[in-house]
Amino acid sequence: MKMFKKVLVLTLALTMAIAFCGCGSDKAAEESTITVGIAQDIEDSLDPHHAAAAGTREVLFNIFEGLVKPNSNGELIPAIASEYSVDEEGKVYTFTLRDGVTFHNGEAVTVEDVKASIERNAGIGDGEALVAAFSNIESVDTPDDKTVVITLATPDTDFISNMTVAILSADHLDETATDPIGTGPYKYVSRSPQENIILEAYDGYWGEKAFIKNVEFKVVADPDTIVMNLESGAIDMFPRVTSVQASQLSDKFNVLEGTMNLVQAVYLNNDVEPLNDVRVRQALCYAVDKQEIMDFMADGKGTAIGSSMFPSFGKYYMEELNDVYTTDVDKAKELLEEAGYPNGFDLKITIPSNYEQHVQTGEVVKEQFAKIGVNVELELVEWNTWLSDVYSGRQYEATVVGVDASTLSARALLSRFVSDAGNNFINFKSEAYDEAYNKALASTDDAEQTKYYKECETILTNEAANVYIQDMSELIALNKAFTGYEFYPLYAQDISKIRPAD
Amino acid sequence: MNKGKKNINLILGLILAGIAIIPALVGIFWTPYSTEAMDVSLKLSAPDMRHLLGCDNYGRDILSRLMAGSKITLIIGIGTVFFGCSIGTMVGALTGYYGGLIDNVLMRVNDVLFSFPSILLAMVFVSLTGAGNLQLVIALGIAFIPSYARVVRAEFIRNKNMDYVMAARLAGASNLRIIFVHILPNTIKVLVSSILIGFNNAVLAEAGLSFLGIGVKPPEASLGSMLSDAQTYLFSRPSMVVYPGVALILMILGIALISKEIK
Amino acid sequence: MIAILKKIASAIITIVVVSCLVFIAFSVIPGDPAVAKLGTQATPEKLEALRIKMGLNEPLLKRFVLWLSGIVRGDFSTSYSYSMSVNSLIAEKIPVTLILALYSLIIMIVISIPVAVFAARHKGDVIERTVTIINQVIMSIPPFFGGILISLVFGMTLKLFTPGAYVSYSKNLGAFLAYMFFPALALALPKAAMAVSLLYTSIVDELKKDYVRTAYSRGNSTKGVFYNHILKNACIPVITFLGMAIADMIAGSIVIEQVFSIPGLGRILLTSIQNRDYPVVEAIIVIIAALVILSNLLVDIMYRVIDPRVGRSNE
Repeated sequence: MKMFKKVLVLTLALTMAIAFCGCGSDKAAEESTITVGIAQDIEDSLDPHHAAAAGTREVLFNIFEGLVKPNSNGELIPAIASEYSVDEEGKVYTFTLRDGVTFHNGEAVTVEDVKASIERNAGIGDGEALVAAFSNIESVDTPDDKTVVITLATPDTDFISNMTVAILSADHLDETATDPIGTGPYKYVSRSPQENIILEAYDGYWGEKAFIKNVEFKVVADPDTIVMNLESGAIDMFPRVTSVQASQLSDKFNVLEGTMNLVQAVYLNNDVEPLNDVRVRQALCYAVDKQEIMDFMADGKGTAIGSSMFPSFGKYYMEELNDVYTTDVDKAKELLEEAGYPNGFDLKITIPSNYEQHVQTGEVVKEQFAKIGVNVELELVEWNTWLSDVYSGRQYEATVVGVDASTLSARALLSRFVSDAGNNFINFKSEAYDEAYNKALASTDDAEQTKYYKECETILTNEAANVYIQDMSELIALNKAFTGYEFYPLYAQDISKIRPAD
Repeated sequence: MNKGKKNINLILGLILAGIAIIPALVGIFWTPYSTEAMDVSLKLSAPDMRHLLGCDNYGRDILSRLMAGSKITLIIGIGTVFFGCSIGTMVGALTGYYGGLIDNVLMRVNDVLFSFPSILLAMVFVSLTGAGNLQLVIALGIAFIPSYARVVRAEFIRNKNMDYVMAARLAGASNLRIIFVHILPNTIKVLVSSILIGFNNAVLAEAGLSFLGIGVKPPEASLGSMLSDAQTYLFSRPSMVVYPGVALILMILGIALISKEIK
Repeated sequence: MIAILKKIASAIITIVVVSCLVFIAFSVIPGDPAVAKLGTQATPEKLEALRIKMGLNEPLLKRFVLWLSGIVRGDFSTSYSYSMSVNSLIAEKIPVTLILALYSLIIMIVISIPVAVFAARHKGDVIERTVTIINQVIMSIPPFFGGILISLVFGMTLKLFTPGAYVSYSKNLGAFLAYMFFPALALALPKAAMAVSLLYTSIVDELKKDYVRTAYSRGNSTKGVFYNHILKNACIPVITFLGMAIADMIAGSIVIEQVFSIPGLGRILLTSIQNRDYPVVEAIIVIIAALVILSNLLVDIMYRVIDPRVGRSNE
């Protein structure tokens, strides 16, 4: 049985050979390739009309475009449409298609494609609107092969912010989920679930072409391995690292700081005892120390907020609301006593467990509430349970999440607090709010509209609808080999602007 | 192996397991600091006289959390063994003693369970019921039933035709009496070592599940979830990974040494 | 032969039973996959439409029959979250997990046989005792902690591999295998330690047997006896352990995949559980169970072939 020993030696040698042969060959890195880490895979849909998650939108931003698209200053710039006009009343929107815009399969974008895409979102033909605002569309007309006219049922000067919706090829609509074809600077190449999504620069792009040819969005599901992935060169960029992770990075990386553009708060179910008492809600607001939360989570980074609006929204944002409730434990206790809870009460805060930053916030808030006698029980649930119980079912007491804006309109943040809004998951009810909100909708004058939106924000703060905390800081880790990253006021990772550093 | 070496192993096992388990037992009643109270000024602070192992990313005393984490791991391990062992013994006793159809059916179920890696079974169970300590104990307990059932069944088959059982039967003892009073005590010796090995497996499985984030719920800690949390600080504070890891190893190594000698 | 056929039949029945249980378990639990898919965009109307599209409104029995007939045809239906067939989704990932498990099996064998032989030859001296102690310690290291340590030592300190830099096998097989070496090592070490102690005991027992003494007394060369008889016979009890080891390695790969960011079956399983993507979860569990059952079957058959006494004494 000498054979045995030989086989053994051979196997050993083979294993070693296999193990070490591949080492040198792979990082012969092509010049224009970037690997971007993403925290979660695209699990809703590659079809931009059906995609729901913010993490999906920021990837699809590179593949799809609307008639208009947001730029990094938060303004809407013409994209597939070269220009547009709105009538006085805010009812008829007329778009002129840009010349030379083609889909990734090489076909030119036609007015039929635009009509089909918008009608699909409006639910014209098959009922339900995919985007609520689109149910206001009365008709989509194409008077000639360069012009699209959208007529609304009721006037809405803010409607243009919805026109960022992706334009898809009319005869490719149903295949988009598996084979996405858009008009953006990058085209879709392939994906491997839980592994990556691969894009390639589109040569026929109408605008400024992307600098980097190949893009791989690599799924880094385990946040603990982000630093390792960056340091080892497995990924070149990771949007949204924590301050701890940033502090561990070597000087191979630039850490860029922006804001996440979301309203993080302890959202309160305004319908349940004792949170239905405004004094109790105010007491909770006084109990929270926003700075301490930011110190824990991000070494003090982040922007404190006082209402459902964040700084990127410029003209709508009201910094003065941040100081309505400065931390004051005595005042909080007083309010609780007034409301009939001198010894505090038990509060269950339900938090989706996959959002580490919200869980962390919850853990700090628990300590802060304890100081005024409010005994918090943290309940961590799966995202899906959160959606069905808290968000849709509204069966909860309080929750910590961040609410973002899907379009560049104040409405994206404020519409949910109208008494009968379908997504008013905190059961906020205020006639004054409804009135101010409706006035904002109805007004055609921008200054007036802004005034009413601000009134809405003020009501949310004074009613202590929620315990507002912060717009979290967003730290982007980017390998120094690359430059040109731009922050957007929406969820977007615009890879086309990134270029090699030299 | 000679007697002297046996004792060394046993003593060493007791010492190692003791180092890991005694703080856990103390942790049931007392920890130096609160395991949940946070203090931003102590965030990631280095060990000093007040905080012997330093503080974690929330400024919580690591020693206190280590004690509490070991406690949870210990409790879940013991709970799992208790749950799995009591049901497994039942199943093994009945199938081994009676044989026939009941044996066939239960052993088939047993085989199905056995073919399932325990951590996978626990994952399925936890995904059905949600995370939590009790759910973990039940999930892991179910997963470990077959191992006990097999051992006890084999013992019962071996014992049931022995003279002392025959004698009891002749004396008019009922089947239940024979099972519980006569045969069961004779299986204890074999069971003890499978209980110790089972405890180790339960500790490993719990740590694995908590490491994957489907075990205990934060802010509560177990050794597995502490390891998972500490992975973020692998480069800046490797000690945060080492403490819970070493605690796990000591616990498992100690028990393994003890079980080796008892066998 | 009949015993083997019987085993095969029993394995098939077990797989079917597992499939049924899995389907039932995931059908009766609360939680709506449609809610998971729509997220914050959910409205009652949209939910209803999606449920109909996903076939969730059909009666349980009908869904079960459809599902089962699908499996028989080898079709695991469509993933809720990826809008792609579960087959193509998993087909890509099975090799990853399987290779990881096999790789660690090879490493385990490659490590354990020489170490056990070495220790047995030095029975009674310092070397044997050192091996025993190291062995006992390695056995007590949870694979994921071992994985973390390996990342730290071999990855970050010695820079022998780059943790997280997983390369798909379809892209570059060499780089893939190179990356998988350390995860496989982490998975293999505790099992290798167990194999060493089993094999060691087995060799020592074998050495005491009469035929060995006879051979030695006849002046047979030590090496010849050792490899021709002792090692071969000593390996037989270890084979049963292999079956368990394979099962443990397949399950253990779920955790190791997480430590080393490897997108295999385990990763897909974890995320699908979170998303309530039941077709994927059911398929993966059935497949893992089948793999485990089949490997046990294989080991069983191997055992019978090598040592024919087993079949007779048992059946």
